[in-house]
This record gives sequence, C-alpha cells and structure tokens, in this order.
Amino acid sequence: MKKQKNRDFSALASSLAAIVCGLLVGLIVLFIADSGKAMQGFGAIVTGGIVNRKNFGQVLYYATPIIMTGLSVGFANKTGLFNIGGPGQYLAGAFAAVYVGVKWTFLPAGLHWIVALLAAALAGALWGLVPGLMKAYSNVNEVITCIMMNYIGLNMVNLLVRQLLFDQARNQSRQPAATAVLPKMGFDKFFVAGATPSSVNIGILLAMLMGVVMYIVVNKTKFGYELKACGYNRDAAKYAGVDEKRSIVLSMVIAGALAGIGGALYYLSGAGTGIPLTDELAAEGFNGIPVALLGMSHPIGIVFSGIFISYLKVGGQSMQAFGFAPQIIDIITSVIIYFAAFALFFKLVIGRMRRRKEENGVIKAKGGEE
Amino acid sequence: MLYFIIQQMMYFSIPLLIVALGGLFSERSGVVNIALEGIMVIGAFSGIYFINQTQGALPGQPVLLLAILVAAAAGMLISLLHAYAAINMKADQVISGTAINIFAPAFVIFVARMLQGVQQIPFVNQFRINSVPVLGDIPVIGPLLFQNTYITTYIGVGILVISWLVLYKTRFGLRLRACGEHPQAADSVGINVYKMRYAGVLISGALAGIGGLVFVIPTSTNFNATVSGYGFLALAVLIFGQWKPWRIAGAALFFGFMKTLSAVYSGIPFLVGLGIPSNIYKMIPYVATLILLAFTGKTSCAPKAEGIPYDKGSR
Repeated sequence: MKKQKNRDFSALASSLAAIVCGLLVGLIVLFIADSGKAMQGFGAIVTGGIVNRKNFGQVLYYATPIIMTGLSVGFANKTGLFNIGGPGQYLAGAFAAVYVGVKWTFLPAGLHWIVALLAAALAGALWGLVPGLMKAYSNVNEVITCIMMNYIGLNMVNLLVRQLLFDQARNQSRQPAATAVLPKMGFDKFFVAGATPSSVNIGILLAMLMGVVMYIVVNKTKFGYELKACGYNRDAAKYAGVDEKRSIVLSMVIAGALAGIGGALYYLSGAGTGIPLTDELAAEGFNGIPVALLGMSHPIGIVFSGIFISYLKVGGQSMQAFGFAPQIIDIITSVIIYFAAFALFFKLVIGRMRRRKEENGVIKAKGGEE
Repeated sequence: MLYFIIQQMMYFSIPLLIVALGGLFSERSGVVNIALEGIMVIGAFSGIYFINQTQGALPGQPVLLLAILVAAAAGMLISLLHAYAAINMKADQVISGTAINIFAPAFVIFVARMLQGVQQIPFVNQFRINSVPVLGDIPVIGPLLFQNTYITTYIGVGILVISWLVLYKTRFGLRLRACGEHPQAADSVGINVYKMRYAGVLISGALAGIGGLVFVIPTSTNFNATVSGYGFLALAVLIFGQWKPWRIAGAALFFGFMKTLSAVYSGIPFLVGLGIPSNIYKMIPYVATLILLAFTGKTSCAPKAEGIPYDKGSR
C-alpha cells in the first residue's frame, strides 16, 4: 500500500518537475522575443485560464476533445498498441455527428444529440476496426495502417462534407440543428465574463465520465485484465487462454470510438465551428498523443493533463495580447513533454534521495536506541 | 506523358526514400524515431533559410549543395535531443519523438518571425536541371531519368546505395544492426551500444533533415513550417519496406507513383471524363498501400530490441 503511494507520488513529482522546466524555458523564450513585456506575457500564460469564469470555461471546452483523443491513445496503449490514428478517427466521428445533427431532424429534442454521439462513436470505431483487424489477423504494424486511415479519413470527410453538408459561404460544413447541440447544463450562465458566455457544455462532464469508466474497465474487469495481458505479452496471454486477436481488435475499436466521440463533442458544441475543408490532419487528433503521454496513460491522469494542456492554450491566447506569437505555447508544451519523457530518470533520482533519507532515518533511530 | 509521370514521381519518392532510410538507421540501432516529421521541418527550415540568404550571391547548384549540408547539420543537431533522451535518459522513445514533432514547427515559425517578421520563407527555384549533359540525350532513358530533374534525385539514389553498403557490407553496419537486435549480446563482445545508437540516431537526423529540404524544393516556392505529414508517411514507407534498404526504395517508388497518379489525373482526359471527385484520387495511394499490406504483412522484420532503452545492468 505504502509502495503504491510512493510510486504515485514520484510520478506526480516528476510530472510537476517537467512542467516547471517547460515554464522556465517558456520564460526564457519570452525574454528573447521581447524582454520588456516578458513578465507580463508570462503572467498571462500562468493566470490566463483563471482570470475570469469564462476563460476557465474555455479551458474545459478546449480540454474536452483532447481528453477524448488522449483516452483513445491511452486505451490502445494498455494493449500495447500505439494508436496514431487519432486524427482519422476524430474526423470520422466529427462527420458522423454533424451529419446526424444536420440531416436527422426528425429525432426528438432530447434524443437527437445522443444519437449523433452514438453515430460518432460508431464511425470512429469503424476507423479503428481496420487497423485492429489488420494487426490481429495479418500482423500489420498498427502505426502504418493508422497513418493510412488518417489520410483516407481526411479525404473521405472532405468529399462527403462537400457533397452532403457544404456551407459554401464559409467553406466548411453546415451547422447541426439546435436539437443536436449538446446541452449547456447551465454552464453558459456560470462561465461568463461580462455578457459573453464560454462555449463549455455537457461534453466535459462526459469526457470525465469516460475517464472514470475507462479506469474501471481497465483496472477492475476481466476484460481489462485480458487487454493488459495482451499488452505485456501477446503470446503468454494466448497461452493463458485469452483470445488475443479479439482483444486487439476490440482495443482498437474502443480507442477509435473514444476519438470519434471526441470529434462529436467538439463539433456539436454549438460554438459555430464547422468541419473545415483542408488537407491538414486535425491537430486535436494528434494532440491525444501528448495528452496521453503526459497523463502516463492513466485515465484520470489523462483527464488532468488534457485540462492542463488546454489551460496553457487559453493562457497563450491571453499572452497574444502582449504581441507574442502563439507558437510559444507549443514550444512550452513540447519541452514539458520532452522532460516528461525523463520520468524514469526523475523517478530514479527521487527514489535514491528517499532511500538515502530512510537510511539516515534508520541510522538515527538506531542511534537513539543506544 | 509517361516521362512526365516518372519525373513527377521522383519529387514524391526521393524525399520519402531519404527520410525512410534515415529512419532505418535509427531503428536498426534500436531507437524508434517517430520524430522524423519534426526533424524534416527543422532541416527544411535551415536549408531554405540558407538558400534565402545566399541566393544571388552564389550560383544555383552550389547553393543547393551547401543548403543540403546545412539541413543535414540542423537535422543532426535536433536529433541529438532525441538521442540524449532515448539513450542516456532511457526515456520512452515515442514521448521524446512526439515532443520534437510539436517543437519543430512551433520553433521554426517563432524563429522565422524573429528573423524576418513573417513565417513564410520565400526562395527562387533555380535548381531544376532541364537536361543533364550527354546523359539527357540518350533516347528513352534520357527523358525518363535525366531531364527536368534535380541534383537531389541522384543524391537520393546515392544515399540508397551507400546505406545498403554501410549496413550490410561494413563492420559498422553489422554492429549497428546487432545493437538493434540484441544489444546485450553486442555489448558482451565489446561493442559500445550507447555509441552505436547515437550514431544511428544522428545519421537518421542528418538524412531526415536533407529529406525535408529535398521535399520542399520541387513542390513549393516558399517554406511555411510544414512538410505535410511526409515524416509520418516516411515512417509508413519504412515499415512497408520491412526495415530493408531495397524494399524501402520499392515502397517509396510505389507510394510516389500512386501519389503522382492522384496528382496528375487532371491532365489525363480519360480520367477527367469519368467525373470522379478529386478526393477519391487522393485516397488511392493510401487505400492501395493498405490492400498491399493486408496481403504481404504476415512476416514482420522489425528489429527485436527496437524501442527498448538499453540498460547495462539488465539481462
């Protein structure tokens, strides 16, 4: 019990150390860019997410999709798979949700957005199914199939949006009907600054709920145990009677569904953003990777790291008021992730320090007895 | 028309080839290099900025050759970060690679803005060779391989041959591969695993840097902090090519050919007449790769110790 606690503590400590390093580098970059305003800019980054309720609402709003794609990466990781297909799954989900949102207006108000979410989960799952099947039955590396599925998804969604949901004036998809927009849960009354409300909605609660569900599934069920067994050693799991092919396929399908829901939660927010026609893969899809890595693939950790990355993003928006380039936030994020990769090293150092302390403690205690 | 397609194909295939070969060196030494995309961005940025600054003062081809060296040096420098994390710090290699992928575009936009105010770096494309002397006049082969080309095409082919020679015909190559397959065994016969892995990652940094520059030059006239996901495609080509140089070349040519078809279909009246939307054509390379993989994937030849930090103390 105590050991577990110690491990959690050193994981947290190494994450915090990485964050401090990242912020320090950010401060240096700010000084290089414009030393006169560096401290103001830095203050904006650190406090931007909490200066008012609306900004904090925005933190939660931007966190929603990246928590979902982060959970997606984290879930696949439990089975030893690297799901780099987030962008494709995310986009497939986004399209399915917006399609249902725009076209299926015959659905009653309370049901419409739920059906849209389910459609997104299904589309994302389909995009995860292909790499899963190919990994399980043809032993094709999931990284390459995921990359291919990303571009197939991108072009497919571009095509379908243009043919079915095109909003010519804004060069993006049309807006979902009001009944398909996610309920605000009164957040638009609470997270406000002056008269402008934040775009946050029920989505963040759903994302958090998904994190909790994933924690239970992975850690407390037989299914989760089998997935992890496959992740540690596919052959051993098979020998122990686990249907390893099924586990691999299901793992990718669920990961895909999570990323798909992420796409839905972002585009059903009613904030006026449509699916853009672009040749670039969605950043929210790729951002699942750093979020999952920073959260150490732990579901609850992913929820927090998603909120943290989003907090930096909102802080970065405040920082721009002082004339700094928004890319500084990406630099900070990358440095934090880079140092988070040193976790093992930090852990060793912390562990060594603690051991020394304990040894000293033991010696002192002995000395006291004498 | 065929000539045109082959010439176009080289613009796509050569950078993929160079970068995938870069990945090959890193992964064969046992270090996963998902940072190829980011390294390409850094290499392209340094090379293009060098061209932007020196163009006019120096003649065309020497500028390009020097820019390639600059790109290689910059790629090596940034890959040092990856090597340090992966080898000395025993970090999760995917994490440090991802960090570089996020860092690179942000960093080059930031630096470009500091240097010149805007993030795009323009350059004049004066590097195209209309026809290579003598060789370009050979019938069939001339127009196919020696007209409308870039010196980088031949550099790419040279890198392929040298990579194969180095990996399979030298002591260094044998040792590098041993470190990727079974580092403990390599160590037991006196090979310095850390050094070999550093070499693998640094070579991959240099090649990915060159690849970034080579990708941007024929396809654009300004650099806008992106290589359009080619680093990830190169990773796919590397896996597709089963971590073997000649198969990688085959995969890069296949992919480049498919990509070219999807790009030039609008010049073929028959295909335009079918009225199929452009997005369908754009999907072809990826779908074709998936189908091919489904039939050829069974045997994977990934280096055994790939992605596992080497710890002298563990057995």
